[in-house]
Amino acid sequence: MSLFARLKAGLARTSSKLSAGIAGILTRRKLDAATLAELEELLVAADFGVNAAHTVTARLGARRLDKELSDDELRSELALEIGTLLGPVARPLEPVRGARPFVILVVGVNGTGKTTTIGKLAHLFGRSGYSVVLAAADTFRAAAIDQLKIWGERANAPVIAGKPGADAAGLAFTALEVAQAAGADILLVDTAGRLHNKTELMAGLEKMLRVLRKRDAAAPHAVLLVLDATTGQNALTQVEVFRNVCQVTGLIMTKLDGTARGGVLVAVAQRFGLPVHAIGVGEGLEDLQPFDAAAFARALVGLDQAPRSSSA
Amino acid sequence: MFDTLTEQLGKVFDRLRKRGALSEADVGEALREVRVALLEADVALPVVKSFIDTVRAKAVGAEVLRSVTPAQMVIKVVHDQLIAMLGGTSVEFEIAAAPPAPLLLVGLQGSGKTTTAAKIAIRLRDRAKQRALLASLDTRRPAAQEQLRVLGEQAGVATLPIVAGQMPVEIARRAMAAARLQGFDVVILDTAGRLHVDEALMAEAAAVRDAVNPVETLLVADALTGQDAVNLAQRFSAHIGLTGVVLTRIDGDARGGAALSIRAVAGCPIKLIGTGEKLDALEGFHPDRIASRILGMGDVVSLVERAQETIAAEDAERLEAKLLKGQFDLADLGEQLRQMRRMGGMQGLMALLPGVGKVKRQLGAAGIDDRMLARQVAMIQSMTPMERRNARLIGGSRKRRIAAGSGTSVQEVNRLLKQYKQMSEMVRKVGKLGKQGLLRAGLGQMPSFPGYPGRPR
Repeated sequence: MSLFARLKAGLARTSSKLSAGIAGILTRRKLDAATLAELEELLVAADFGVNAAHTVTARLGARRLDKELSDDELRSELALEIGTLLGPVARPLEPVRGARPFVILVVGVNGTGKTTTIGKLAHLFGRSGYSVVLAAADTFRAAAIDQLKIWGERANAPVIAGKPGADAAGLAFTALEVAQAAGADILLVDTAGRLHNKTELMAGLEKMLRVLRKRDAAAPHAVLLVLDATTGQNALTQVEVFRNVCQVTGLIMTKLDGTARGGVLVAVAQRFGLPVHAIGVGEGLEDLQPFDAAAFARALVGLDQAPRSSSA
Repeated sequence: MFDTLTEQLGKVFDRLRKRGALSEADVGEALREVRVALLEADVALPVVKSFIDTVRAKAVGAEVLRSVTPAQMVIKVVHDQLIAMLGGTSVEFEIAAAPPAPLLLVGLQGSGKTTTAAKIAIRLRDRAKQRALLASLDTRRPAAQEQLRVLGEQAGVATLPIVAGQMPVEIARRAMAAARLQGFDVVILDTAGRLHVDEALMAEAAAVRDAVNPVETLLVADALTGQDAVNLAQRFSAHIGLTGVVLTRIDGDARGGAALSIRAVAGCPIKLIGTGEKLDALEGFHPDRIASRILGMGDVVSLVERAQETIAAEDAERLEAKLLKGQFDLADLGEQLRQMRRMGGMQGLMALLPGVGKVKRQLGAAGIDDRMLARQVAMIQSMTPMERRNARLIGGSRKRRIAAGSGTSVQEVNRLLKQYKQMSEMVRKVGKLGKQGLLRAGLGQMPSFPGYPGRPR
């Protein structure tokens, strides 16, 4: 399956619920206030949150209230509004060639898919001709190091690892030394998942930044926060806290191959304006796609239906 | 968790309380705010709707509005309804089936199944004296089986040896056979994470279910989950059939909407909650207590239970005997501080106390947190046994040594000693009053935690 079809397949499943909801609300073939209110509720039920749902429907209402509208037109209009909100944040992750290595720190709460995302990123960068080194700085979770090593093999990237329970910041430092010595282009640092309200764990992340900067004052050049698409409004708090603690430069949203609609991304975009680099749509090496605001929005409202099967 | 929802609802109720009489419109407005608060907390839309409808029907009734304290009545209705939504009474988690009893864990990727598997094994061992065998059926995610093996090692729980290339159903059968031979009471089967829309993987989980016929099939769900919690629970329930839910990462600051929705939708009870990264951080789920916590009424029952679990009875008795004699030295203070830390530290304890939302923020602003507990313990540890028994020995030069030894300052040592002095005076008074006095004085002084300024100075 082509890259694009794969994305659409993943997203099509993602959107099914919102899409099904829209199908039923245009009873009078006209966009009246009641229909707008219903639409707003549908968006809330797709994790947009009360604010973002209101923004989207208010904008739509300002342009099309009391106008005749078919089902498909409503979808396109809605997709347009969502796409407009998301457009500014859709920016690919581009490593600067000058930085050697370009250090990417990957952070997030537990179980969002950091290690898997790193495996996919390593593969993508490798294919684009960069030399990539991985640092297994999740020394806390059982077997996290082994998991990254397997991804390293698949993506053909060397993995710098220590012992389980070792100091994560120290390991990141060593990995940076090794990557510098080897003249690598990119160093991807995996970190242990941590809930953002655990002060000690967040302090550990700050320490890792300090230690990396001892070796390279500009590092890390990018800090990626991995968000799980099934997450609800708590994603807003996650972004806020991680951004304050470790200067997040961009987001990656994972598990978009579910009925998890990822609507919270709209709320996050509206509130923070942080770049969204990519989305994860499966467990395979290829299942990381650049974030395309218009395509995401259209799939979200049920336009561009695609075949169901994805990488499986 | 639940903090922000508590805060939001608190604001609504505060406004409500300020009014004497309530009109239907007043209640309506309050309920609209409750609705937004619940939605922002990720409670699923259909659940919110039915919740609000029920509360409205009960709250605008004549009795409520004409009662002496209408606001209190409305809050009570919300409280009762929250409990009902969370599942009414708590369900004890226990496995009573004939050994080996299979237990199946299912859920999305990254919801915490593997960690939960190890936690359940420990809980069964420590509470029910049941031996559990852990087996990972996750043949998909790299190093997943290894993860369970390592966790089992850390927890001191047996895991089924890994045989490369085996399929989930085969592994499940092998686990059951091994458990039968080796006399295990429970077999905990940890499955691969799967999306509930992935038909193939759902079928695989159903095949495992058919092969072993589990006595418990638990859905492991993340408390951070958004509106999708509803679909998730429905799909797993329909495809595999669930006997209960384990809600993980409840120690995060998500507002707990998933907890409110899953019970209402899945129709099976939340049996356990994961409250931390440590392997003993797994607790029973008590709807009434959670509802109280959401409404800012505190959860004193959990606090007492946690105290009972962490503080050995003999220690408590020894301390009580000393207190009755009017003795309380720095070693006792140190022991108390350490117990507080074991019970989850200041923050953990505060969350369980009634009406402390505001106090908690003030404490945070004043820089009083768990680090301070740690520093005070360090100071006491830097004292000699003789100093701990007799604080009067500690003069200027000893203070400097203690400060240097604990990485603190002389001022901090002074502060600790002053607080100790206040406490020991209190204890002396109590000693004179005898056992009756201990209760009375103890309760009266409750807000003044050891080492923490209870009242403004």
